[in-house]
Amino acid sequence: MDQKHSVLEMDYIRKQERIALKNCGLIDPERIEEYIRYDGYQALAKAILQLGPEGVIEEVEASGLRGRGGAGFPTGRKWRSGYLAKGNEKFIICNADEGDPGAFMDRSILEGDPHSVIEAMTIAAFAIGATKGFIYVRAEYPIAVKRLQIAIDQAHEMGFLGSDIFGSGFGFDIELRLGAGAFVCGEAKALIASIEGKRGMPTPKPPRTNDKGLWSKPTILNNVETFANIPPIIRNGAGWYAAIGSEKSKGTKVFALGGKINRTGLVEIPIGTPLREVIFDIGGGIPGGKKFKAVQTGGPSGGCIPTEHLDVKIDYESLQDIGSMMGSGGMIVMDEDNCMVDIARFFLEFSVEESCGKCTPCREGTKKMLGILEKITSGEGVMSDLDDLERLGQIIKDTSLCGLGKTAPNPVLSTLKYFRDEYEAHVKDKTCPAGVCKALLQYTITDKCIGCGICKTVCPVSCITGNKKEKHVIDPSACIRCGACQEACPVDAIIKR
Amino acid sequence: MIKLIIDGVAVEVEKGTSILDAARSVNIKIPTLCHDDRLKPSGACRICGVEIEGSSELQASCTTPAREGMVVRTQSDRIRASRKQLLELIWEDHPNECLSCQKAGECELQDLCYDYGVEAEGFAPLKVRTPLEDSNPFYTFDKDKCILCGKCVRVCEELQGESAIHFVQRGHETAISHPFEKGMAYSTCVSCGNCVEVCPTAALMPKTEEKFRVWDIDKKVRTTCSYCGVGCQLDLVVKDNKVVRVDAARDGENEGMLCVKGKFGYSFLSHEDRLTTPLIREGDGFREASWDEALDLVADRMTGIYKAHGSEAFAAFASARCTNEDNYVLQKMVRGIFKTNNIDHCARL
Ligand SMILES: Cc1cc2nc3c(=O)[nH]c(=O)nc-3n(C[C@H](O)[C@H](O)[C@H](O)COP(=O)(O)O)c2cc1C
Ligand code: SF4
Ligand code: SF4
Ligand code: SF4
Ligand code: FES
Repeated sequence: MDQKHSVLEMDYIRKQERIALKNCGLIDPERIEEYIRYDGYQALAKAILQLGPEGVIEEVEASGLRGRGGAGFPTGRKWRSGYLAKGNEKFIICNADEGDPGAFMDRSILEGDPHSVIEAMTIAAFAIGATKGFIYVRAEYPIAVKRLQIAIDQAHEMGFLGSDIFGSGFGFDIELRLGAGAFVCGEAKALIASIEGKRGMPTPKPPRTNDKGLWSKPTILNNVETFANIPPIIRNGAGWYAAIGSEKSKGTKVFALGGKINRTGLVEIPIGTPLREVIFDIGGGIPGGKKFKAVQTGGPSGGCIPTEHLDVKIDYESLQDIGSMMGSGGMIVMDEDNCMVDIARFFLEFSVEESCGKCTPCREGTKKMLGILEKITSGEGVMSDLDDLERLGQIIKDTSLCGLGKTAPNPVLSTLKYFRDEYEAHVKDKTCPAGVCKALLQYTITDKCIGCGICKTVCPVSCITGNKKEKHVIDPSACIRCGACQEACPVDAIIKR
Repeated sequence: MIKLIIDGVAVEVEKGTSILDAARSVNIKIPTLCHDDRLKPSGACRICGVEIEGSSELQASCTTPAREGMVVRTQSDRIRASRKQLLELIWEDHPNECLSCQKAGECELQDLCYDYGVEAEGFAPLKVRTPLEDSNPFYTFDKDKCILCGKCVRVCEELQGESAIHFVQRGHETAISHPFEKGMAYSTCVSCGNCVEVCPTAALMPKTEEKFRVWDIDKKVRTTCSYCGVGCQLDLVVKDNKVVRVDAARDGENEGMLCVKGKFGYSFLSHEDRLTTPLIREGDGFREASWDEALDLVADRMTGIYKAHGSEAFAAFASARCTNEDNYVLQKMVRGIFKTNNIDHCARL
């Protein structure tokens, strides 16, 4: 078997299916000719010359495509309501704000295949009768911004944007808008406010953006990856797409695999693939022979999924049922060295900082939860804190205005559910089983000590005592748990508990 | 029309009515902190949450439109618990100062905390107290007492049309401020005080000379603002026979709005130089007179002049500080009784 053959046989490649990422890395994104050579803009031609607006919408509906921005709303249904909405002006928005830390699915598409998004937005515009589109892209993606602008200009030159596209009388234009780095500006209504020049704060639904969006006009807003699926669907037909995926969710989803896993990076898999296959076959399992502990899906406000649910088939509903979510596609793997209380604290901290500050439960409640978690990880927790966390988390989910608050407690609630023993160890035994929470650690010198005194010299707070050639002792009350002694000890006599 | 059921009561409302308004139409009270009928619903405080059959989460009644066949509950253990929790979250970040706070007794936060049994006990006092922002001559802003309902921002933007204040920062650091955070006095604020009027707590307070709380007030006197002819209605808040504050009347044509003069320009009322009786000139000086005497004198002199010299001897000049009604009556008198068109008004200049 030659080398090339065996690579293709690897599960890493074999179990993936590339639709949204198909062109990424294959074509030069700054040359429209290459996109065209790989069937680019054929879908637009088919939409305009063959299908007509209703035909496009029927095709997207039949494909079963659902929004990849997180909520999984059926894209065809969204487009139909945009088509039916009355208005003298309509807008298409591409949500390229991708704010989840560690996620770069959308970025890869924007940088590697910008025309796919432009083609899809133009198809959407044709379907609902929009004349103007905006791509709201985060300013932290300068290459994406540059390539999008090049792509827009090239599409104009070729007549795929502008007036009278394909001689049909239909005209459409796209402008870029740069986001300034607020996570909440990825939320549809906050994003629209931001384009309008207002502070990026979510407003209540209804009205839905389909009826009253940008400048109160009917607006269809989709995620980058959602759009990237449109040209292949139109080209190959809804039936082709609907044959991929699970019963309720069709097609593929891109995930950003990260954390304690051998092969990190983007993977595109048919929806319905079991979590276990993604982590162990595609991702190659956990490095260093460590034990898998949990996987967190859905970005900062997703839940942590334990071993017992590894066989769950990934789709919108199944992940929600076990207290997590699809989100935009973050997937972070944790092993036995991760403390689940600390992980929950880490993710919650992100939401606390990124809350827009508008509604009480999210602004005040997540902060309060974070305070309790910090209390627990610093060894001052009491058992009633766990109940408080649960109660607060539920109320925040129940009462928050937008998706950020409604999901922010997920990391805490899911870890409380699946890893309650770790919380209890922190509270009752004042230990951190994974050895992460500094305040709960104790460094001790075992009988292996040869009395060399190296630890004594490296300790920054001089809390180690002992005579030469005799066993040394650490004063736990003065120790700042920096771990310098453990690293320095030549005979591994110092242990952390 | 839309039919729905709220707490077992059948309600019929126009399409587009919020659940909150639908409930109010049948006298079912739902607490609110960020709602104002005149402003676009914002959904910020989340206090007004209700249960809707078929919906797994509580829905803010101020922003959710009534739909046909909806079954709504405004009271349940779950609703009570969530409201209490939200109030506790607000309270936890609030100075425990009701004892010394001038708003006590007419504070919406204090009232709701009482209704929902929030106990001050068990909450640590605020560690650092933010200094009072008092650069504006007419009102103060106490950041720590702000509950971020956003009503001030919205009234300033939507009704006053100034947009002088807005939210700054994110997350827990979110606050009400103004451009470049240099102080209210350095913003585009026109000191109309309409934000002060809507603030549910003591975050925005008028600068008053007197210390008083709601139960010290002797009476409120409804009157028409005397600064211009628009006719804004206001309530003079009186303590010890002195006007100590002016409240804008919601039920007047001004719908609760005032300008800086109507809202804050009242201290002349109790100024020692203010004339309180008519004065009649005698020699080089004046003597106090009764209204009857003064009016009789003016009437006598006017009829005398009219009889002796006729219409053209008269001219009247009306003031923009009189109400439209007063101005109307004046020109009526000049044209109807003195039979001349010699009437003019300062607003024409
Ligand atoms: C706090 C928050 C952040 C979000 N961030 C993003 C984002 O970065 N990108 C995105 O496409 N959708 C994001 N969404 C989801 C959008 O609100 C919206 O549902 C989505 O863009 C719709 O497109 P789709 O139907 O194609 O998924 C976010 C939602 C919330 C509540
Ligand atoms: S952990 Fe750090 S502080 Fe503690 S004994 Fe070792 S070197 Fe010293
Ligand atoms: S604003 Fe209200 S709740 Fe706050 S201290 Fe004053 S009276 Fe008490
Ligand atoms: S200052 Fe008053 S009105 Fe403005 S947000 Fe704060 S509490 Fe609300
Ligand atoms: S009154 Fe409805 S959310 Fe504040």
